[in-house]
Amino acid sequence: MRTIRIGSGAGYAGDRLEPSLELIEKGNLDYISYECLAERTIAIGQEAKLKDPKKGYNGLLEYRMEKALPLCWEHKVKLITNMGSANPEAAAEKCVEIAKKHGLTGMKIACVTGDDILPIIGKYDEVEVWENHKPLRELDGKVVSANAYMGVEGIIKALKAGADVVITGRVADPAIFMAPAIFEFGWDLEDWDKLGKGTAMGHLLECGGQATGGYFMEPGKKDIPDPAHLGFPIAEISEDGSLVITKVEGSGGMVTRDTLKEQICYEIHDPENYITPDVVANFKHIQFTQEGKDRVRVTGATGKPKTATFKCSIGYKDCFIGDGEISYGGEGCLERAKLALEIIKERLELVAPGAFDEMKYDIIGCNSLYWNPDNQLPSAPSEVRVRVAGRAKTKAIADLVPNEVEALYTNGPAGGCGAVKRTRDIVSVASILINRNDVKPEIAVYTV
Amino acid sequence: MKLYEIAHSRTGDKGNISNLSLIPYDEKDFEMLKEKVTAEKVKEHFKGMVKGEVVRYELPDICCLNYVMQAALGGGVTRSLSVDMHGKGFSSYLLEMEI
Repeated sequence: MRTIRIGSGAGYAGDRLEPSLELIEKGNLDYISYECLAERTIAIGQEAKLKDPKKGYNGLLEYRMEKALPLCWEHKVKLITNMGSANPEAAAEKCVEIAKKHGLTGMKIACVTGDDILPIIGKYDEVEVWENHKPLRELDGKVVSANAYMGVEGIIKALKAGADVVITGRVADPAIFMAPAIFEFGWDLEDWDKLGKGTAMGHLLECGGQATGGYFMEPGKKDIPDPAHLGFPIAEISEDGSLVITKVEGSGGMVTRDTLKEQICYEIHDPENYITPDVVANFKHIQFTQEGKDRVRVTGATGKPKTATFKCSIGYKDCFIGDGEISYGGEGCLERAKLALEIIKERLELVAPGAFDEMKYDIIGCNSLYWNPDNQLPSAPSEVRVRVAGRAKTKAIADLVPNEVEALYTNGPAGGCGAVKRTRDIVSVASILINRNDVKPEIAVYTV
Repeated sequence: MKLYEIAHSRTGDKGNISNLSLIPYDEKDFEMLKEKVTAEKVKEHFKGMVKGEVVRYELPDICCLNYVMQAALGGGVTRSLSVDMHGKGFSSYLLEMEI
């Protein structure tokens, strides 16, 4: 029975590069997939594309591909990534340019498009937005992007066309890992059981070092070897869907039942119904068996028929958030921090009464991460940091928050130090369901 | 005893929803966790922080619990005013729970 090896090259947009290069060189891989899109990345990319039609893809694309493309060509590893973000065509053209520069003659680079449904988003005006349960037309801010989470279809088309490199925009994260297995083994796109297993593989790989002990580690409780050289995970998947998760021998981190337990639960809701564009995966009775050092066999994942809808992320110009921070230390620092917050509240009421949609007042070190009203503040911290954040519809209003925090420098309380301030133009994301027939994945293939 | 002594956890985020795993170091503790760490108890633990309902799911073969908390992220990761927009620190807070 045939088995292929798929590596995880990145778990988020800004991830480390060397672990992926180690995988390409030493992982005996057939494929490497880089997952680089968070919820609002495309919305921000779309704005960059409006300013320059050659931009809008992942900012680290050139940095990564300069190293990864020559290595992939040398080691016969195919590369799949969603680094195309809002502009997969421009990303593919950039990759062609890089491949030419390195003399990778004959390399086929494909882009997958079709996720951008902004031109037809108006037809979904009455559909309910998940985040606020109101109809889409009531969204308070200009819509700048609308992208459907596509499945494996476009990637498989590209692989069938002989692509060595596939660049996509928005696709579901597991799809960029599962597509090679479907393509190589000729799995039927309605073989729900195999697609469930392939989705489990994708889910375990899509966050890179989260599966190999990275985000898992806790000194004294969950120690891992050589964390600074953390290796990224590899899936060995066979024609029948049997699956082992492992990593490059000698790399840092570890693959154990426990590291995979944390990752399989990550960002799933009902484990029996993990909805993706390709399948409704069922992880309820997933099992992990440690077969050797850094080798865990995964069994028991299955699947059910896919739904008639795609999830679609809509980016919109939401608001401005201004926030400022200032520290206090030594005896009495908590009292001074509390006084600082009282002063800011009163000042903002004075300079802009009722102008803010929402405010948050934190004392970092005491209640910024957890603000259950029953929690006691620590009695005598050695230092604390005041943070105030406010949401407003204009930058001018939002700016008042960090400005007032910074002004505590001279206006007191005593000993305020290390003030910082910023105001961000917030593009938020609203999610809806759309008809999958509105999305047509298309490919273009360039030969170097 | 704090949950921290016997279990570990990871937080995930989707929109305004946070999910928390709860995984005993020793699988023999799974039944006890199921009994003691109910969805209601988690909802109470996150009072003031999580505004929506909390539902608990189980992955019995690997002894994992998964808590899904609605309206948990200040309107969603992309617009939250919190230092921790993703609620990633919630896992450490769950493990502070006394059982």
